[in-house]
Amino acid sequence: MRAFSYEKPADPAAAAARAAEVEGAKFLAGGTNLLDLMKLEIETPLHVIDVNGLGLDEITETEEGGLRIGTLVTNTALSADARIRRDYPLLTRAIAAGATGQLRNKATTGGNLLQRTRCPYFYDTNQPCNKRVPGSGCAALSEGAFSRQLGVIGTSDACIATHPSDMAVAMRALDAVVETVTPTGMTREIPLEEFHLLPGDTPEQETALMPGELITHVRLPAPVGGVQEYHKVRDRASYAFALVSVALIRQADGSGRVALGGVAPKPWRSDAADAELPNGASAVMSVLLDGARPTEENAFKITLAERTLAAMLKES
Amino acid sequence: MEFTKPVESNLFDNAKVVGKPMQRIDGPLKVTGTAPYAYERNDAAPDALYGYPLGAGIGHGRITRMDAEAARNAPGVRAVVTTLEIDPLEKGMNNVARLFGGDEVQHYHQAVAVVVADTFEQARAASALIEVEYEEGAPADLDLDAAFERVQGTGEPDTLVGDVDAAFRDAAQVVDQMYHTPGESHTMMEPHSSTVDWSGGEDMTVWTSNQMINWNHQSIATTFGIDQERIRVESPYVGGGFGSKLWLRADAVLAALGSRAAGVPVKLALPRPMVMNNTTHRSATVQRIRLAAGTDGKLTGIWHEAAAYCLPGGRGENATAQTPVFYAGETRRVKNHVVDMPLPETADMRAPGEASGLMALEIAMDEMAEKLGMDPVQFRIVNDTQVNPSDPDIPFSDRHFVECLERGAEAFNWSQRNTSPGGQRDGDWLIGHGVAGAYRGALVMPSGARAILDGGKLIIETDMTDIGTGSYTILAQTAAETMGMDVADVEMRMANSAYPVSSGSGGQFGAPSSTSGVYAACMALREKIAGNLGLDEAEFNGGRVTGGDTDMALSEINEEVSAEDAIQWGDFQKGYAMGTFGAHFVEVGVHAYTGETRVRRMLAVCDAGRIINPITARSQVIGGMVMGVGAALSEDMALDTGRGFFANHDMANYEVAVHADIPEQEVIFLDTLDAVATPLKAKGVGELGLCGVAAAIANGVYNATGVRVRDYPLTMDKFIDRLPAV
Repeated sequence: MRAFSYEKPADPAAAAARAAEVEGAKFLAGGTNLLDLMKLEIETPLHVIDVNGLGLDEITETEEGGLRIGTLVTNTALSADARIRRDYPLLTRAIAAGATGQLRNKATTGGNLLQRTRCPYFYDTNQPCNKRVPGSGCAALSEGAFSRQLGVIGTSDACIATHPSDMAVAMRALDAVVETVTPTGMTREIPLEEFHLLPGDTPEQETALMPGELITHVRLPAPVGGVQEYHKVRDRASYAFALVSVALIRQADGSGRVALGGVAPKPWRSDAADAELPNGASAVMSVLLDGARPTEENAFKITLAERTLAAMLKES
Repeated sequence: MEFTKPVESNLFDNAKVVGKPMQRIDGPLKVTGTAPYAYERNDAAPDALYGYPLGAGIGHGRITRMDAEAARNAPGVRAVVTTLEIDPLEKGMNNVARLFGGDEVQHYHQAVAVVVADTFEQARAASALIEVEYEEGAPADLDLDAAFERVQGTGEPDTLVGDVDAAFRDAAQVVDQMYHTPGESHTMMEPHSSTVDWSGGEDMTVWTSNQMINWNHQSIATTFGIDQERIRVESPYVGGGFGSKLWLRADAVLAALGSRAAGVPVKLALPRPMVMNNTTHRSATVQRIRLAAGTDGKLTGIWHEAAAYCLPGGRGENATAQTPVFYAGETRRVKNHVVDMPLPETADMRAPGEASGLMALEIAMDEMAEKLGMDPVQFRIVNDTQVNPSDPDIPFSDRHFVECLERGAEAFNWSQRNTSPGGQRDGDWLIGHGVAGAYRGALVMPSGARAILDGGKLIIETDMTDIGTGSYTILAQTAAETMGMDVADVEMRMANSAYPVSSGSGGQFGAPSSTSGVYAACMALREKIAGNLGLDEAEFNGGRVTGGDTDMALSEINEEVSAEDAIQWGDFQKGYAMGTFGAHFVEVGVHAYTGETRVRRMLAVCDAGRIINPITARSQVIGGMVMGVGAALSEDMALDTGRGFFANHDMANYEVAVHADIPEQEVIFLDTLDAVATPLKAKGVGELGLCGVAAAIANGVYNATGVRVRDYPLTMDKFIDRLPAV
């Protein structure tokens, strides 16, 4: 871990302003990912801005009938909230499928969206990684690499990492909107669909946030009802990132929404694939995973995603 | 004490303490966080500074330049030692790769520098400032399958009995399949850690986490070229080893070099990625197994050929270890190959040989049972043997494998299982049942102890370690039994090179050997006490010594009495095959759509001689079963064949079983006694619990799905295409 300076700003706008102003600044919330990465010197902030205690830790009801989740609401609090459990059970199920009780107690809503990939090459500073050191190359795409866990779609020749969040996959299916405050004190809304970026030639740029911009809330639209399921597939029963996860909202008429985790650099969903839901899992996946470019080691994720959805469609 | 013939009768026949369930005596220290582990020796070395290692960043090659200037000038740094400043150190016992010194890089994360600083964070940060330039070695062929193809059929067989070719030619049924087991990391909770005081560059004290005090002691002397007399090694608490801490490793070496350079005691723990790539692991194996059988279900031929990898000079993993002895059969050919590869060192891991060998052999047995149309339990019973089948003049000392299978089948309700693969469902889950045999050799080693009676208190000193297994407790039980005293009056002093040399902990030889050593020392103490009292014969019971006219409490003996002895194993044991036996039964669920596999029920039946403490023995067996679940379903050191290192080098990516993976576990110990094995008629059990578990799960997966998977771990990517369509 490199030495860094530390401050606790007075309010979210001040935090954003300081983050834009001070070189190498980084926000600290739950710290469940950032601190690990700092210990490994994958993240080397010069200045840490602690946003804990800024009051962004409540879930309030919106005029449109939805919920507005403060960025500092912990994963545990969010998944246990009675309104979430009643009206957005998909979100509760997805969060509970992630990490461990201890981590969920510390991890925050905004931090969860910003967590970084678990690609083993990103985590080993001896290896080239375009996300960690832009232009250094992608070890995961080199001959003989270990790529079983990595992405099959939305990836690029520069990076095949996945976004590891379960929560974000559910939020994507729920059409969540990210609210921010910018360094100039303006507020901004970013649909979750547009929040995470595909790697292209710049895998180090992972979100649509501008420098210094701070997530303040995540807003859920009014409940959409239906049967809401989250199936996370992994080798062991707990404390493992998804090989494939499927978030499904299914209405009585057979319509609905599908989002995938574990396959792409962002929660993976498309309107065209949603429209195929009445036609079954195969129809959905042939659209949703059209253009997939798996490696030899992770091609099974295509089959796995389809079969997982098939199991869920049969159940719901 | 020389153990020269099978035990007829001795004091353990009427044991009051040995064989009884007893909570571990070191338990309260551990659950209150007060047991002093190697990195936390604030009691012994309160001024220790922090060491942090730097590992090589390439698979293999040479260091051309190192610049540690920035690290030396970093805040809090007291010393930096780089590998280029040190002549290549001598290698200690069973070290294959050099632990430090010189410019050669033999494997990824081989130690290349150590930083000593005032705080852990300062040492770690400074280590990242060291610049290293490498010349990478020539690309290496790391394909074990290709290597197996090259070596298959070469070399003299390790075991060759009868006309194998004829047996296969004449067989009613033949199985001939390839099996794969992956590299496995010990992944014990406590990483390799040491606190070392070599601040004067003369005498050295090493507080470490090691299974074998004496080997460690010798290896430190060899490595640094100093007199063993000047070194003291202590390892009273070990947070798991599984074979990973049998030998001297870089933690102690770097802490010593750091201590000498900084002139203060230094503590150092290997970061988890270095546990994976810097220390040892279990080699992957490629195995071809051929079985031949007659219509009566009897095996007529067993042909097992395997390959593992290691750095040149290493032993790899011998997956054929059990094959010469486990099952009957008139002909057999067995050959293990160790292929040189520039990868992190491979060496012993819990049940070395049998663990990976039975992962394959016990699937092959299941396959043959099916071909013969036999119940897999019955098939194994038919092929039991009471003599070493490779040397039929040698009987087993005590073997109850059939009883393990029969007792287990009954307790597990085996006869009620579905016998047509893929035929049982519970919702989306395909349910299957599997069985596997378990075998692990019963090694013993010489083991010594000192017994001291002091004011009614018995002190036992031995360099035996407790690696979480319960040695403190079973040795106290053995001492109390032998001296006719309460366990509460026994004080165990262990794992210090100042004490008599014991077997140490490894190869499941620790419990049978070290209890025998303590027994020997206590018998010597009894003789001395009796002699002091002028008694020809004396009884020790209820804390009293009686004989002739004497009847006195041991607490009335004012003078301290001390005796030292060791158990030595007589040649007569060579006339027997000694082993431990078991049967594992599992119920698994395989998700019909996703191929996720979860174990639902587990049973182990063990034949391991006298069980000295049913609580600690059960813990050993269920721990082995947990490790078997990981071996079957998730553990896999992911080799990057281009870069020559294991890429998933942390506990997030190398997936051991977690609590949610482990169902109800049941263990049955057969009430057996092996009079050939030890004075206590006891054998080890710590490795038996792992042997065969993974194959039982694999056989259960087959029974559940009808899909045979011969590559471990059984992750869905290996068979999802073969699952029934949905």
